[in-house]
Amino acid sequence: MNDHAAPRRPELVCPAGTPASLRTAVDAGADAVYCGLQNATNARNFPGLNFTPDELRRSVDYAHTRRAKVLLAVNTFPPAGQFQLWKDAIGIAASVGADAIIVADIGVACYAAREYPQLRLHLSVQAGASSPEAIRFYCEEFDVRRVVLPRILTVAEIADIHRQIPCEIEAFVFGNIGMMAEGRCSLTNYVTGVSTNMDGVCSPAAAVRYDEEADGTLTTRLGSFVIDRYGCGENGGYPTICKGRYSCAAQPEPYYAFEEPRSLNLSALLPDLMRAGVTALKIEGRQRSRAYVKSVVAAFRRAVDDIMAGRQAALTDLIALTEGHKETQGAFQSKSWR
Amino acid sequence: MRGAGNELTLGPNLFNWAPETWRDFYFRIADEAPLAVVYLGETICSKRVPLFRDHYAAVTERLRAAGKTVVHSTLGETASRVDRRLVSDVCGVTDDLVEANDSSATFHLRGRPHCIGPLMNVYNEETLRFLAGKGAQNICLPIELPFTSIGVLCAAARTENVTIEVQVFGRQSLALSARCYHARAHGRTKDTCLFVCENDPDGLVLSTLERKPFLVANGVQTLSYEYLNLAQEIPALKAAGVSRYRLSPHSCDMVQVATIFRGVLVGVLSAEETLASLQEMPLDAPFSNGFHHGRPGYGWTAPTGAVSH
Repeated sequence: MNDHAAPRRPELVCPAGTPASLRTAVDAGADAVYCGLQNATNARNFPGLNFTPDELRRSVDYAHTRRAKVLLAVNTFPPAGQFQLWKDAIGIAASVGADAIIVADIGVACYAAREYPQLRLHLSVQAGASSPEAIRFYCEEFDVRRVVLPRILTVAEIADIHRQIPCEIEAFVFGNIGMMAEGRCSLTNYVTGVSTNMDGVCSPAAAVRYDEEADGTLTTRLGSFVIDRYGCGENGGYPTICKGRYSCAAQPEPYYAFEEPRSLNLSALLPDLMRAGVTALKIEGRQRSRAYVKSVVAAFRRAVDDIMAGRQAALTDLIALTEGHKETQGAFQSKSWR
Repeated sequence: MRGAGNELTLGPNLFNWAPETWRDFYFRIADEAPLAVVYLGETICSKRVPLFRDHYAAVTERLRAAGKTVVHSTLGETASRVDRRLVSDVCGVTDDLVEANDSSATFHLRGRPHCIGPLMNVYNEETLRFLAGKGAQNICLPIELPFTSIGVLCAAARTENVTIEVQVFGRQSLALSARCYHARAHGRTKDTCLFVCENDPDGLVLSTLERKPFLVANGVQTLSYEYLNLAQEIPALKAAGVSRYRLSPHSCDMVQVATIFRGVLVGVLSAEETLASLQEMPLDAPFSNGFHHGRPGYGWTAPTGAVSH
């Protein structure tokens, strides 16, 4: 359906946890920024993050003046009886002139397409649409214009999907790598009573505990469950269930049953992704500092410009910004990751 | 298809059982279990399908002959070509209804009567109404929805002529991934797994560094360690308007589980008697009902209202 012969200049889509981060990302070369409101309507509903409606309005003005787009994430699943908050969020997006909303829930997509047909819809990674049929379902039913692909596909599979769908593809290239299919994980709720899908929170800080023993050993807990333990001087990570150490009958010694704490870094695969038909490159990290956003956005800005100009892209400094200084290409390079 | 309500159902088997075990399990279910509906098919890993394919027609026939409604369930996560072909093939069935577990199945099923499985995200009235308009007749709700939301959805379902189903027994699906955690535990990958999940008929228990059992791996799926048990919540679910009550298959005596739940559903067993009977069964983990009460999912609220864990 789409011609994928020559790489198009991809849109660099960058995280903005706060208005200050949004300005930083725009100034560092973001083509688009994504952000959320200060409530459960977005999947990064953390204390101290996100935008008031007024901040969003001023941020949209700031970005538009500098030819950058603003995408509002309304990408959680409203529990029955509480839908109004999500309707309000879509109304705010339309009234401040957001360039698109990023949605996951079928009901939210249906409402937006019905009430705000002019508002561009992107399908969030939280919708977990990982096949051409699933993506076409959302395109045909709600006129979705772009899909954010789950981080479970190889570059070859992305190219295959690209040929079979009528919308643009956005793919994650850098940042935290969740191990579970987004939008289909209740692990946090199982342990803390707070839901990732409904409340927009994964591994809430209020349920995290760090216990340091006399010998310097650090134990990390979520709720009442131990997630990991680190020796004195080891680089410990924030406790998330899918990056914890567990044991089982087949592995009596504790091991990372799901994944080690490390970050996704696809900088080396950028030309391949662009050839595969990815037209928007997404950087994860709305919870990160302005300094982090500035470094990562600037590095990817240079890399994309280098590739488009036919130069070799230099991205070696990004490893310093990854989790525990460890990185992975996740599912993208080969099926052996699975 | 739309039942009178208070129907007991058996969800799809989530595990990789030996083909003969699989066949004999369903033969006995057909002959002895007081169930109205049986969901058949592979929802976790498309690689497992050839293992029991030879017995599928015989099992379907035996269940039908015993007066049970057969519904064919689709994969929870569809990515590879093999996955996609499987979903397309199952959705091509026209003799029975099909239950969609992801939106690639709803792509095929829209416009004709079908069911929506618990791995689809139906959290609210808007989603329910949209799917009803596309032909959904029965919706099994996501496991993490609290009772307050279930009540609102039942009210919306009535006006759309849709029935609501809720899982009431068995380990709860907490997450899906592209990576196979069974293969990983054995130093293999999904492509080189050699079907190692066949060793664990109820999944592979993962314990924390304090040796506390925590989660259960089943291929690409992560389940709760505890067994969901909503026997004592059934009167409230009935009053709210839930029509179908789903048991998720395990290697324990599921005929006995079905018989016990049938007892509470038709009112010949009290919630306390049901609980006592279930507690006598040789299960490998305690019960939970936390999500139902809006608490952490692993938790247990006793009939008195006392919270444990």
